[in-house]
Amino acid sequence: MNTQWEILVVDDEEVTRESMAAWLREDGYSVDSAASGREALEKTKEKEYAIYFVDLKMPKGIDGIETMMEIKKIHPDASVVIITAYATVDTAITAMKEGAIEYIVKPCNPQEISLLVGRIIKVKNLERENTILRQRLLGQYKFQDIISKSAKMQEIFSLIREISSLRSTVLIQGESGTGKELIARAIHYSGDRAEKPFIAVSCSALVETLLESELFGHEKGTFTGAVSQKPGKFEMADGGTILLDEIGDISPKLQMDLLRVLQERSFYRVGGSEEIKIDVRVIAATHVNLEDAVRQGKFREDLYYRLNVINIHIPPLRERIEDIPLLARKFVERLSHELGKPISDISEGGLKKLMEYCWPGNVRELENAVERAMVTCKEHVLTEHDFQFLNGTKKDAQEWEIPPAMTLEEMERQAIITTLKRLNGNIKETAQVLGMDRSTLYDRIKKFNIQR
Amino acid sequence: MSRLSLMPVGDVDMRALELLAARCGQEFGWDVSIDASIPMPDGAFDPKRNQFEAIHILRAVIEHSRSDADRTLGIVNDDLFIPMLTFVFGQAQLKGKVALMSLARLRQEYYGLPANSPLYLKRVEKEAMHELGHTFGLIHCTNKECVMALSNSIQQVDIKAAEYCRSCTIFLHDSLKMIAMDTRRELQ
Repeated sequence: MNTQWEILVVDDEEVTRESMAAWLREDGYSVDSAASGREALEKTKEKEYAIYFVDLKMPKGIDGIETMMEIKKIHPDASVVIITAYATVDTAITAMKEGAIEYIVKPCNPQEISLLVGRIIKVKNLERENTILRQRLLGQYKFQDIISKSAKMQEIFSLIREISSLRSTVLIQGESGTGKELIARAIHYSGDRAEKPFIAVSCSALVETLLESELFGHEKGTFTGAVSQKPGKFEMADGGTILLDEIGDISPKLQMDLLRVLQERSFYRVGGSEEIKIDVRVIAATHVNLEDAVRQGKFREDLYYRLNVINIHIPPLRERIEDIPLLARKFVERLSHELGKPISDISEGGLKKLMEYCWPGNVRELENAVERAMVTCKEHVLTEHDFQFLNGTKKDAQEWEIPPAMTLEEMERQAIITTLKRLNGNIKETAQVLGMDRSTLYDRIKKFNIQR
Repeated sequence: MSRLSLMPVGDVDMRALELLAARCGQEFGWDVSIDASIPMPDGAFDPKRNQFEAIHILRAVIEHSRSDADRTLGIVNDDLFIPMLTFVFGQAQLKGKVALMSLARLRQEYYGLPANSPLYLKRVEKEAMHELGHTFGLIHCTNKECVMALSNSIQQVDIKAAEYCRSCTIFLHDSLKMIAMDTRRELQ
C-alpha cells in the first residue's frame, strides 16, 4: 500500500508540480505540493514526507539546495531528490554532497522515476519494519524475560510499571541468581529512558582503583596505561540507567564518591578538574543484607538511604516453587533451539525432582541444571533420571547440621574449597554450582586466600 | 443513467472512438456519447519537445465537458508529456471527472514497425480502461495482468490484460454504485 506514504513536490512552476503530483497520486501516494522553498519548509514543519522532489532552480526565495538543507535540519533522515533541467557535474556533486538521495535531470523516463520512488519506498518500509521490530524487542525485554506466576513477583512487576519512568534510585536485593539484572533491565526498558543506554557494572569484579576509573573515567596520563582520555560508565549511561551490581562490595572511598554523585548529579574524571554533569538513573543491586552491613559499619548509612529510595526484594526460587515448572519448561523450549536437540518437555517425575531441590543458586542454577540435563538426555522428554546430579533437597538442607561455632564466612570458604576441589579447580563450573558470578567467585578466592 | 462522454481533441481516429463507445458502455453500463471534437488548445504544443503538454489539454477538456456527463475521456492523436517526464500515455484526475489519453504511442508505426490494427485497438481499449479507472479512484495495481497495472512502456501495456482484476473490479463496482446513487439523488 502506497497510500501510507506522503510525498512533497516542490517546484515554482504550477504545471510541473501539479502534473507530477497527479502522476504520483495515480500510483497511490498521498502527494502535497509547494510553490517555493519557504512553503515547502512550512509544510515540512507540519509533517514528515517519505520523499521530497525539489526543483533546483526556483527564482524567488531560496533555491533547491538551500531548501533541502533546511528540510534536513527539520528531518535529518529526509530523502530529498533534486530535480534540474540543466545538468552540470558541479550541481550534481553539490546536491549529493549536501545529502540528496538522488539527482535527476528532467524530463526523465517514467520508468526511471518509478524505479527511484520504488527504491526509496522500499528502504522506508524496511526502516519502518526495523523500528517496529526494535520496539517489539524492547517490549520483550520489559517482562518476557522474567517468568513468574508467584504473587510476590507479580507485585514486583506492578511496582516496576509504577516506578519505571521516575528518576528515583532503586535498590534491588536478592540472592545470587534470582535475576537482579533482569529486574533492573525491566525497569529501564519499560520506562521513558528505554531508548537511552543501560549500562551494568559489576562492582565486585574490579579492584578499587580500576573500578573508580571504570565508573568515572580518567584523563590522559593519570596513571600508567592511561594513554588517552577515557569516559567512565556514568558518562556512557548519560540520559539512561546505570546498574551498580554487588554494591555491597565497594570500598569506603568509592562509597563516598558515589554518595557525592547521587547528591550532586555530577563528578570529576580521575585526574580531571572539569566537573561533568550527568542525568543518570542509578539502580543498585546486592545479594548481601545492606542493613546488616550498615549496622556493622561496613556500609555508609547515608549512602544506604540514598540508594534505598525504592526497594525491591526478589524472593529466592525456593520461596516461589510454583514458578519452577514454568521456568524449567521455558528453558527447555529455548535451549532445544540453541542446542539443536529435539527435547520438548519435562516429565512429571522430572518436575517433582526439580521442585524438591533447594536451589541455592536460584533461577541461574535451574537454567544450568536444565541445560546440563538436556546435553546428556537421549530422549524427547527430560525425566528425573536426567536430573540425578541434583543432590540436596530442601529436606536435606533442613536436616544438615552446622558444625558448632562455624561462622558464615567459614562455611562459604569451605563450600568454595570443596566445590573447587571436586571440579578440579574449574572456575566456571564451580561458580555455576555455587550459584554465583565468576567475578564474585574470584573475589571470594582472593578474600579467603584459597589456593586453587 | 450515468453518462460517459468521449471527447476527441483535434482529429482523432473514428475506429478507436467507436470501439471505446461499445466497450465502455458494456463495462460500466452507462450511456456513452461520442461528442464533437474540440480544437487543440493554444500553447499546448511544445516545439522544443515536439509534443503536447497533457495538463493544458486536460484543462481544455474540463472546460468543454458536457454538464450531464459523469465522466469525460479526452482523446488525442498526438504524443503527450508532462514537464517532469519524457512522455505519458495519458493523465487522469484521481477520483475526478476527467481523463485524457493519447493514441500516438499505441501504434506500432510509432516504433518503426508495420501497422497492426488489432494490437493497436487492444492497446486503445487498455489505455482507456486504465485512465477511466483512475477517475473511479483506482490506483496502480500490483497485479501485472490487471489493466490498472502501471505501464511506463508499450511492452508493459502489452503484458497486461484489458480487464480489471478481481479486487479492482470490486472497487470499481462500489464506485459505480456510489455514482448511480448520487445521480438518483440529484434527479429527485
